[in-house]
Amino acid sequence: MADELKELLSDEDLLRFYEQMVLSREFEESCAEQYTKGHITGFLHLYSGQEAVAVGTIAGVEKEDYVLSAYRDHAQAIVRGADPKEVMAELFGKASGMCKGKGGSMHLFNRENNFMGGYAIVGGQFPIAVGLAYASRMRGENRISVCFFGDGAINQGTWHESLNWARVWELPVLFICENNFYGIGTGVQRASALSSLHRRTCGYDIPSEQVDGMDVIAMYKAVHRAAAWVRERQRPYFIEALTYRFRGHSMADPAKYRPSAEQEVWRSRDPIPAFAKRLIEAGITDDGKLKEIRDRCATEVEEAVRFAEESPWPEDSAVWEDIYV
Amino acid sequence: MSDMTYRDAINLALKEEMRRDPNVVIFGEDVALYEGSFKVTRGLLSEFGEERVRDCPISENTIVGVAVGAAMGGLRPVPELMTVNFALLAMDQIVNHMAKVRYMFGGQTVLPMVIRMPGGGGSQLGAQHSQSLETYFMHCPGLRVAYPATPADAKGLLKTAIRDDNPVIFLEHEILYNSKGYVPDDPEFLVPFGKAAILREGSDVTIVGYGRMSILALQAAAELEKAGISCEVIDLRTLNPLDEESFISSAQRTGRAVIVEECWRTGGLGGDLASRISERCFDRLLAPVKRVSGLDVPMPYSRKIEKICIPQVNTIVQAVHDLYSEKY
Ligand SMILES: Cc1ncc(C[n+]2csc(CCOP(=O)(O)OP(=O)(O)O)c2C)c(N)n1
Repeated sequence: MADELKELLSDEDLLRFYEQMVLSREFEESCAEQYTKGHITGFLHLYSGQEAVAVGTIAGVEKEDYVLSAYRDHAQAIVRGADPKEVMAELFGKASGMCKGKGGSMHLFNRENNFMGGYAIVGGQFPIAVGLAYASRMRGENRISVCFFGDGAINQGTWHESLNWARVWELPVLFICENNFYGIGTGVQRASALSSLHRRTCGYDIPSEQVDGMDVIAMYKAVHRAAAWVRERQRPYFIEALTYRFRGHSMADPAKYRPSAEQEVWRSRDPIPAFAKRLIEAGITDDGKLKEIRDRCATEVEEAVRFAEESPWPEDSAVWEDIYV
Repeated sequence: MSDMTYRDAINLALKEEMRRDPNVVIFGEDVALYEGSFKVTRGLLSEFGEERVRDCPISENTIVGVAVGAAMGGLRPVPELMTVNFALLAMDQIVNHMAKVRYMFGGQTVLPMVIRMPGGGGSQLGAQHSQSLETYFMHCPGLRVAYPATPADAKGLLKTAIRDDNPVIFLEHEILYNSKGYVPDDPEFLVPFGKAAILREGSDVTIVGYGRMSILALQAAAELEKAGISCEVIDLRTLNPLDEESFISSAQRTGRAVIVEECWRTGGLGGDLASRISERCFDRLLAPVKRVSGLDVPMPYSRKIEKICIPQVNTIVQAVHDLYSEKY
């Protein structure tokens, strides 16, 4: 095991994985606090528990690849390279926010990092991901589209239509299903004819696999391999990451529908301490260095909150801007 | 009789109608175990069981289509779409199927179904979750459209909707869910379609609203009274059928009319109402009909600027003052 890590990636990369997961967790937990204080309003969907999926996936693809997501999008944007300050300011609704305060939590977008949007309509991102892949192929670019979505989204018509389309047109789309077993309060086995979701792609002749989404290395390896396959063959591929959200669907959801025994099992598989343990066992780092990372992340998130607090509100006239070019 | 919230009034209407008629069934995303994302369907699963109260996959177009089939097959489905924004995914089934089936098959079938959906803006949910699409439905022949403003109407209109053999779009305003008011306990309390309510009588200006806008209009009227202007506030209750006589006869009396609509101004339902008033009250009007509308912009998230995009009490008050200050 120890050797495997070292063979796979440099120490620096491995520590970056850890840092990105911790930063995401710190960011999300801070959002919860800001929501309670009334600084963040509207719907707030947190990613705590699912960090290994975003970090492993984004590390496995290239910087020029497109990334799309749904409304649970903060961590993905940040891991992709977005500035936490701009994300936090967006959640506060400030003019300095990533989308000038117009998008909010569910609609992040960061052109610089090819983060092509969080979409609040379940299933809205599928055709857009296909369209981006089509554009990059037509323009001779070597990009793929990476599309994140939940287990619930798979029942939307756009999912079926887009998978079929991507296969018929042979487009480079990497579908990353984050199966956290719930769409709001409805368990996956009550909403999907097959609860082993990756098997649903056979109707579209799209290869697929299931990956442990609590293991950042497993995610990285699977995505790295799949992305190369997608790029080379210019065809869609599908990964089902098994994961869990530690909190309710959104801050408005006390999540009473999930048995506490189930929650405990998944909490014991928390991707962050699990990876820390592996890093230490492999002799890559020690407790002290990991603590330094955690402190650095905490400081970065505190700075983001301060930046958001101190930023100005949008001008009233901003409502008329950005509707038409 | 008792005071209850708009949410509980809708819940009570559902319970009473389900008790009365075993053909009434409910399905939608998270309506059963989770008891509705706005908790409107609380207690229904435990009382009526899984056959009549069912959770659905996230598949809006199919939720509506299944309801169309179920209604043709003899049930009285009351599907819930989690919010009106997601009705756009179901627009094909709503506009091309639900609204047309009876007509294009020469009246051989009835479609007793009600789609309940919360909507409206004002909760910092951003452009994809804060839409007021009432005009879309009002525009389409073949649908009935109800939009209660008070808890009593929420109960009475929903019960009428469920008993109606026409397909009904039933809009609920998210911000009204916690509003309280007196609601009759009588299980036979029905509010008829096509009969507007006069929420307040007045002699100087007619204010026409629907849904949450009627409540804001009432508050504006209270303000205006202090300034010596007497407003009549008309709540449409149903947008189809539309009680034209209610606001026409009022505008003929007062000579001034303001329409308050939460939807976008361009192509909004206020344009239609204003033209009806102009056609029928032209010689009585002392000023052109005024509209207070949602701004023609996608809803921004930031609370600071979201407010500007939705009619507020003060914008209604200002509109009424304008009727007097402008030189006509
Ligand atoms: C078209 C549409 N229907 C319903 C909703 C309401 N809604 C928001 S999130 C959600 C559940 C989605 O679950 P899943 O895709 O599994 O993602 P997760 O929340 O688990 O990340 C629903 C039904 C929506 N936003 N869009």
